[in-house]
Amino acid sequence: MFVKKHPVNGEVAYTYIVSNKKLTMVAALGVTLGIAVFIFMNSMLAGFDKSSSEAFFKSIPHIRIYKDDEISKPIVNQSGKNIPVIVNPKVVPSNNTIVNPKQVIQLLKNQSDVVLVTPQLTVGIFYNNAKTQISGRAIGILPEEANQMFNMESYVVEGNVNNLKNNINGILLGSGVAAKMNVREGDNISITSSVGMTKVMKVIGVFQTNNSVVDKTTAYVNIAFAQQLMKKNSSYITDINVNIKDYNKAKAYAPELAQLTNYKAEDWESANETYMAATRMRAIIIRFVSISILLVAGFGIYNILNMTVMQKINDIAILKAIGFNGRDVIRIFVSQALIIGLIGIVFGVLFASIMVAVLQNYYVGGDIGYFPIYFKLSNFLKGIFFGFAVTFLAGFIPARKAANIDPVSIFRK
Amino acid sequence: MKEIILKTESITKHFHDPVEFKVLDEISFEVYKGEFLTVIGKSGCGKSTLLYILSTMDTEFDGELFIDNQNISRWKQDKLAAIRNEKIGFVFQFHYLLGEFTCLKNVMIPALRLGKLPYDVIEEKAYQKLELLGLKDQALKPSSKLSGGQQQRVAIARALINDPLIIMGDEPTGNLDSMNTQNIFSIFKELTQEFGQTIIAVTHDQDFAKASDRTIEMQDGKIINQNYKFI
Ligand SMILES: Nc1ncnc2c1ncn2[C@@H]1O[C@H](COP(=O)(O)OP(=O)(O)OP(=O)(O)O)[C@@H](O)[C@H]1O
Ligand SMILES: [Mg+2]
Repeated sequence: MFVKKHPVNGEVAYTYIVSNKKLTMVAALGVTLGIAVFIFMNSMLAGFDKSSSEAFFKSIPHIRIYKDDEISKPIVNQSGKNIPVIVNPKVVPSNNTIVNPKQVIQLLKNQSDVVLVTPQLTVGIFYNNAKTQISGRAIGILPEEANQMFNMESYVVEGNVNNLKNNINGILLGSGVAAKMNVREGDNISITSSVGMTKVMKVIGVFQTNNSVVDKTTAYVNIAFAQQLMKKNSSYITDINVNIKDYNKAKAYAPELAQLTNYKAEDWESANETYMAATRMRAIIIRFVSISILLVAGFGIYNILNMTVMQKINDIAILKAIGFNGRDVIRIFVSQALIIGLIGIVFGVLFASIMVAVLQNYYVGGDIGYFPIYFKLSNFLKGIFFGFAVTFLAGFIPARKAANIDPVSIFRK
Repeated sequence: MKEIILKTESITKHFHDPVEFKVLDEISFEVYKGEFLTVIGKSGCGKSTLLYILSTMDTEFDGELFIDNQNISRWKQDKLAAIRNEKIGFVFQFHYLLGEFTCLKNVMIPALRLGKLPYDVIEEKAYQKLELLGLKDQALKPSSKLSGGQQQRVAIARALINDPLIIMGDEPTGNLDSMNTQNIFSIFKELTQEFGQTIIAVTHDQDFAKASDRTIEMQDGKIINQNYKFI
C-alpha cells in the first residue's frame, strides 16, 4: 500500500517559525532590506548605463570606420644583417579619405550583424557673426540614413530633419550655436570652411542633445554640401558609420570590420575610453556595495538561526533519539531558513519595485531628465537568486552543526 | 523456546574526561521477546549509560550489541536512527517533549517520521495511546503547559506509537504517583503478554522491579546479578 508521507520535517520547521514570530520577522526584515537595496542599486546601475549609451548614440555610431594616420617605416631593413638604420618616424602625408567608399559601404552592408551603414564627412568651419567668428564643425550626412542611425528627430527642437534633404543649402544647428549666432529656423547664416570657402546657409532646424560641447559647436549639413565646402568631389568621404545588432558586442566585432575593410574600425567604447573607465568603476562600486549589503543580511539570518539551533538543542536531541537522522535535522533548519528567506524576498522584491517605480517618475531635470532607473528582469532574478543562496547558506551552516549534535551528551546534562 | 530480542557481549565503556574511568565493565546479558525486564542499582552505577548504549544512541563502546538478531555495533548513524524510529521506543529520565508542539503532535511525530500509515490513522492511534495513559483531555494542549508527571506519560505514549519491538525506559515512573505507576505497570504487562513487546526499564522503585518478569542488578559498572531475588 502506498502512503503519502506527511512532510514532518517541514511541519517541525513551520512550527518553530510560527512559535517564534518575532525572530522570524526580524530575520525576514533583514533579507527584505538586503534584497530591496540590491535590486534597487542594480536597477540604478542599469538605468545609468542605458541613459548614457542612449546619449552616446545620439551623435556617435556603434563602430566608426576611417583611415588612420600612417607612420613612416624605415625603408632599409634587411633581416639577418645587423646594420643600424637611423630613422625618424613621421606621419605619412596622405589624405584621410576612404578609397572607393561605395564599394566599402556595400561590403559592410552585406555583413549579417550590420544593421545600418552611412557615410559621413566632418569639416572644420567658422560661423561668421558680423566681426566675430565662432569655430565649430559641420558634419556632412545623408539625412535619411543619419536620422535612422542617431534618431535625430528625437532631439530636434525646432524645424525638421527631413527638410535638410530637400534643401542642399540647409543647415541644422546645435542649440548653443543658434543661441550665440542669434538665429532660428528660417534665418540665414554664413559659414567659412577650413579651406577658405564661405557660404550662406539656410537654417532649417535646431537640435539639442544636452551634450553642451556638441550643442555649442556642431551643425549638420548634406554630405554633398560638405564635399563642396572641402572643395572635393563626390567620392570624398572620411568616415563610415556602422550600427550593429547589439551595441554591447561592438568591441569584439570592430576588429572583424577592420580586417574586412582594411581601415581602422573604432568601437564606441574605445572612442570614449575615459568615460567607459569611469562607468566600469561605478559598476564595480555599486556591485560591491550591493553584494556587501546582501551579505550583511545573510549574517543577520545566520545569527538568528544559530541562536534558534542553540535554543532548540534539547528538541534536536529528542528528535534524534526518536529516529530523525542528520539529514532530517538539516532539512528542518534549512527549510526554516528558506521560509524566512521567501518571506524576506517577497517583501524585498515588492519594496524594490515600489522604489524603482517611484524614482522612474521623478524628474531630476538638466541633462538627465527623469531619474535614470528602470525595471530590468535580470536584476530582479539576480536579487531573488542571491537572496535564496544567502539564506540557504545562512541556514545550512547552523543546520549542519545541529545535525552533528550528540543526543546522549545533551541528555546527560 | 525463548526468542532472544536483544543481546550484549562484553560491553565495556570508558569515560576519559575528567579522569580515565571505566563506567561499564564486560556487560553481557540477553533479553527475550515479550520479557518485562527491570534494571536496578545504586545511583551512579552506570544504568543510564548502559541504556543509552542499548538504545543505539551511544556508539562509543567496546563489545557487541545485537538487536533483533542483527549485530548493530558498528552501524552508521543514519541506519541506527532508522532502527530507533521503527524498533525502539524510549522514555527518558529527564528531557521529555518538544515544548512548542501539542501533546498529540508529540505522540504523532515518530509515526509521521516513519511514514507507514496515513496521517489520519496516525492521529487516531495517537489519541488512543493518550487515552490509555489518561491524557485524552490534554491532547491539544502545548506539551510545555503540562505537569512533570503528565509530560512523562505523554513521553510513554510517544514511545508506544510505532508499536516498537523494545520499549526502554530510564525511570519511566520516576515522577509519578502510585496510582499512575500502577497504571503504567499494567500497560507494560499487557504489552509484553498480549503483544509480545519487550520492556527494559531502569527503576529505583522496589515494588515495580519486584513485579517485573526479571531484574538485573548492577554495581560499579558490572552486572552482579542477572536474576535478582527480592527478599
Ligand atoms: N559524560 C561523562 N563523563 C564522565 N563521567 C560520566 C559522564 N556521564 C556519566 N558519568 C559518570 O558515569 C557514572 C554512571 O553514570 P549514569 O548516569 O549511568 O548512572 P546511573 O546509574 O544512571 O545513576 P542514576 O541512578 O543516578 O541515574 C557516574 O559515576 C557518572 O558520574
Ligand atoms: Mg540514570
